[in-house]
Amino acid sequence: MEILDIFLTASFWAAAIRIASPLIFATLGELICERAGVLNLGIEGIMVAGAFAGWMAVYAGAGLWIGVAVAMVVGMLFGLLHSVLTVPFGLSQHVVGLGVTLLATSSTYYAYRLALPEVTTPPKIIAFQPYEIPLLADIPLLGPALFAQTPFTYLAFVLAAAVAWMLYRTPVGLALRAAGENPSAVAAQGLSVTAIRMGAVIFGSGLMAMGGAFLTMSAFDSFFFEMVNGRGWICIALVVFGSWRPGKAVFGAILFAAFDALQIRVQQTGFGAEIPYQIFLMMPYILSILALVAMSRRAQVPAALMVPFNKGER
Amino acid sequence: MRLEPITNPSSARRIFPPALAIGTTVVIASLLAMIAGANPFSVLGLILNGAFGSKFALLETLNRATPLIFTGLAAAVAFRAKFWNIGAEAQLYAGALMTVLLGTGLLPWPSFPLLVTLAIAAVLAGAVLLLVPALLKTRFGVDEVVTTLLMNFIFLLFISMLLEGPLKDPMGMGWPKSARVISEARLPRILDGLRLHWGFILALVSAVAIWVIQTRSTLGYEMRAVGLNREAAAFAGIPVNRVLVKTALLSGGLAALAGFSEVAGLKASLTLDLSPGFGYTGIIVAMLALLNPLGVIVAALFVAGVFVGADSMSRAAEVPTYLADIMLAMALLLMVLAILLTRFRVVRD
Repeated sequence: MEILDIFLTASFWAAAIRIASPLIFATLGELICERAGVLNLGIEGIMVAGAFAGWMAVYAGAGLWIGVAVAMVVGMLFGLLHSVLTVPFGLSQHVVGLGVTLLATSSTYYAYRLALPEVTTPPKIIAFQPYEIPLLADIPLLGPALFAQTPFTYLAFVLAAAVAWMLYRTPVGLALRAAGENPSAVAAQGLSVTAIRMGAVIFGSGLMAMGGAFLTMSAFDSFFFEMVNGRGWICIALVVFGSWRPGKAVFGAILFAAFDALQIRVQQTGFGAEIPYQIFLMMPYILSILALVAMSRRAQVPAALMVPFNKGER
Repeated sequence: MRLEPITNPSSARRIFPPALAIGTTVVIASLLAMIAGANPFSVLGLILNGAFGSKFALLETLNRATPLIFTGLAAAVAFRAKFWNIGAEAQLYAGALMTVLLGTGLLPWPSFPLLVTLAIAAVLAGAVLLLVPALLKTRFGVDEVVTTLLMNFIFLLFISMLLEGPLKDPMGMGWPKSARVISEARLPRILDGLRLHWGFILALVSAVAIWVIQTRSTLGYEMRAVGLNREAAAFAGIPVNRVLVKTALLSGGLAALAGFSEVAGLKASLTLDLSPGFGYTGIIVAMLALLNPLGVIVAALFVAGVFVGADSMSRAAEVPTYLADIMLAMALLLMVLAILLTRFRVVRD
């Protein structure tokens, strides 16, 4: 019974939305890359780099939104590296992606050690604070859950709508989707597949870094090693779960976050105390695998995903 | 720009790009060391010296290379068939877990049969663990990259659960640590007085065995064919899914041997820090070796040298050890690019 009661508390749904926010940023980023035909396994490392860069900028005195912008630029730089290697050179997207993750993670840790050599506990910043949207926040249950979040969370949802609009309602989105489905057709139209794909990877990587920055600048107020902890890989599963559609991917992220929020609360009940805590920590990863299996038959994979395009080649 | 294949690459063409990749890696590492306030030349010297400069350093490098040869082979075997096993970390722990389960007194046997049994049990555990993503791929078409990556997290939590529960050493002063394996379950040293165990020899033998399988057996031929072109392999009558499952079993087993060798040869007990990412580093080793099993030995020695050297450099020059990880990630990215440039020419439109 106590487990059912959890669903009726606003704090549970507020937590679900909060946990979903970084996943939404990074999932949208990965979705844009994959829709253009490039699998970006750099996501995990780019999130680490974004988490550090945004937080460090604020710690060094920049404003919060400047911090977000710094994170995004850092993510875009790693995206540039990834896209140069995978798009014009057409190198293995698996190997380059993992390489970018390793490079981004290790250079972040290196920078952290250089910037803060002697610290044992990382310093805190003043993170984004919840902002109650007038009137809407007064709605019972829904209000405190949806409309008393930080501005960074609101941005996640605005961005999801913007990405969906861009993908389905603009020429840029059409070209991007076509680059992932039928690059030859795009080239036949006189558009550069290389430019479209590189642009998608760079922009998508910027969003991934914002997802990382959310962790240090809104969900928490400090940077820890291992803080991203596989969230990037989970986002790749969420893209598949959402069959490469932004709306479904956001729904998947919220569903997933709700499970995560639920397991934290169940852990604190009498029933949960008898189960080793590791079982609860495993749940997100197990859920991701199950989601992949469940969606595997139905998912509509972009036809040219992971297929390099070399102009003039038939 | 576009890429044009070179039909007859000159020897300069084959040597120059990889050399430039190594050179660039070294230059960038030096610049990073300078940012940290150290003299770049002394940093490079300290790394080399710390890795190969003394008998102690060299043995340390060989010890560190041992698990990397196993995980490097695991990645090389799988990647050759384009089966992306990124879960060597979990398979390593599966091997270590089996070693501890059977080696702490459950089987009170003499040393040789016990060690052979432990190694086989470890291989089976690693193989079975990778069987799950392999079957998910062949049956449901689920991408193995994500499943193997996620399984690393799941399996490490599982190990953590065991180490805080049934496997916890009552004598461990409260640390999440297993009991020590019995002395019969310890891999002996190759020579008395030398801190290097038989796990290293086992790693070398495995590399040669994999090389033989890849170049001299039908399975090796099938694995290459599947990796080169899955559709063409299927058209030629190769049972693609069965080959993928066999590849997975082989790859998982190899990674598990790293865990067996670390526990039986070095650490004697299972802890959560048994592997500082050997599973992931194996991917770098395999790529630097161009997926050649014998090359894996050389690449593992190089990678182990960078890590061991950077550890000792970090103590002397106060440059963070993460410099080693940056160097290896850079080397990986630049090397795959360099290899491409030995075979293709960049042409401007």
